Amino acid sequence: MRLDVPLPSRLAWKVWRRNRDVFFKTYRVNFLPPFIEPVLYLLALGYGLGMFVGDIGGVPYASFIAPALLAISMMNSSFFECTYSSFVRMYYQKTYDAMVATPLSIEDVIAGELLWGATRSLIYASAMLVVLLAFGVVSFPSSLLVIPFSFVAGLLFSGIAMCFTAISPSIDTLNYPAFLFITPMFLFSGTFFPLSVLPGPIQVFAMAALPLAQVVTVTRSLTLATLSPILFLYSLAWIAAVCTVLFFVSISLMRRRLVI
Amino acid sequence: MPVGREGKETKGGGLALESPIIEARDLVKDYGNLRAVDTISFSIRPGEVFGFLGPNGAGKTSTMKMIQCVSPPTRGTLTVFGRDVVGHARTIKRWLGVVPQETNLDPDFTCIENLLVYARYFDIPAAEARQRAESLLAFMQLEEKADVPIDGLSGGMKRRLILARALVNNPRLLILDEPTIGLDPQARHLMWEKLKALQAMGNTILLTTHYLEEAERLCNRLVIMDRGKILVEGKPADLVRRYAGDEVVETESTPEVISCLEEMGCRYEVHGDMVQAFSGQPKVLAKRILDTCNPGRLFVRRGTLEDVFLSLTGRELRE
Repeated sequence: MRLDVPLPSRLAWKVWRRNRDVFFKTYRVNFLPPFIEPVLYLLALGYGLGMFVGDIGGVPYASFIAPALLAISMMNSSFFECTYSSFVRMYYQKTYDAMVATPLSIEDVIAGELLWGATRSLIYASAMLVVLLAFGVVSFPSSLLVIPFSFVAGLLFSGIAMCFTAISPSIDTLNYPAFLFITPMFLFSGTFFPLSVLPGPIQVFAMAALPLAQVVTVTRSLTLATLSPILFLYSLAWIAAVCTVLFFVSISLMRRRLVI
Repeated sequence: MPVGREGKETKGGGLALESPIIEARDLVKDYGNLRAVDTISFSIRPGEVFGFLGPNGAGKTSTMKMIQCVSPPTRGTLTVFGRDVVGHARTIKRWLGVVPQETNLDPDFTCIENLLVYARYFDIPAAEARQRAESLLAFMQLEEKADVPIDGLSGGMKRRLILARALVNNPRLLILDEPTIGLDPQARHLMWEKLKALQAMGNTILLTTHYLEEAERLCNRLVIMDRGKILVEGKPADLVRRYAGDEVVETESTPEVISCLEEMGCRYEVHGDMVQAFSGQPKVLAKRILDTCNPGRLFVRRGTLEDVFLSLTGRELRE
């Protein structure tokens, strides 16, 4: 890999605006899921399954999974945007080709895509937060901090996604990270049950390597307004570091794929 | 018509008329072990329509991509507007209008939105962008389609919209990669009409094509490329005269005719069941063939760029 850091310019926001415009053109389709999904999960798992589970560490089950629903939403909205949707724009629609024929560089284009992925995470998490506040399963006002945090978490998952997009030979091979990485993470990141019930080594692995585990930790601290400072800061630092590295690595990988 | 005014301005504005818009010296492009462009040199002057002709895989598109600053040259120097393509991509691209070979309009937007969003990439203020978009749609005869999504356009309309999009930044140089590929004759003629109009306004245009008729109609000067190299360069009419003669004698390829032509020692080429014979005095040649070789049908027709092209690049199929 080339060592020079790929630096995008402010023109990246033009790409972001293009994606934003498309998103709001079809807002009816785009805004329904973040409102309906948490309601379904809360009813089925939080209250349905929660009847049998009761409390987890003194926290009602619905309140336990509420931050996980937020974290999963941040992950899905940004990851799937920067995998399948970005791949379609890159490969099928040739949108990137059209963009780089203008003053935009490939670094601007990819940075714009990543920033948009992060923004989608923010939009979806914020919409979902409204529903969860209405159900009274997240605390106010500390859970409002989820909104800025969701942008950072979204940028993390966008970076991961864009790395896969950059190396994926076809749109079908994006199914591998989706099923082998995202789905297990969805289940084993302290989302629907605490990590502590898993065997020790898996707990260590989750907290060392799984991005969603970090995001769930931070989000849960915010929505429950209970902080375990060391764990919280560790996860936050982990996210910041990995997010920064992947932002540049994904741009670099994309440049390698597209500039030939 | 804003396009025209700007076109004329850019011809003289900023750049000395003498200095070439594009200058390539010993330009090479390798993809791994494949040499797509093999040490070519050319220069394009302001206000001319310059063509790149060649069969598939000749290196035309690779050359265009280097000029557009999206594919770095492997070796050699390439300057556009007097600036090296390496390190000045953003500046150069600001003044370029590009019609790519593949239709890459944004399917998530309508016609006018395509132009407006594209204008934003060039930092054109919104009000000005709207004005330009509207006049460009009018120029391309697409006003009624302004609010139609891209899916609702015919192939010819899509190509015209791409041309409109390429003009949205009032480019100093227009690069067209196979502008009429896949169009029916009506749509192609309309596209030619628009390009002729742009040419008349003084725009510098660079185009690749493998429609020889297109090159003959539009280009002031052209090169024929094959296997990464430039074979010839010149004005279409000069090339035809030099390589095909003003007129070509075409007749049926029978063994009798062939042996007859051999005897006369004139240059000829066989393709399919027809043979083309080239001569400085085609009428005389035609008469001699008629008198002595017992041909079936025989025509004397105008020499075309296609004759030049086929005689230089051969007849084997390229894929």
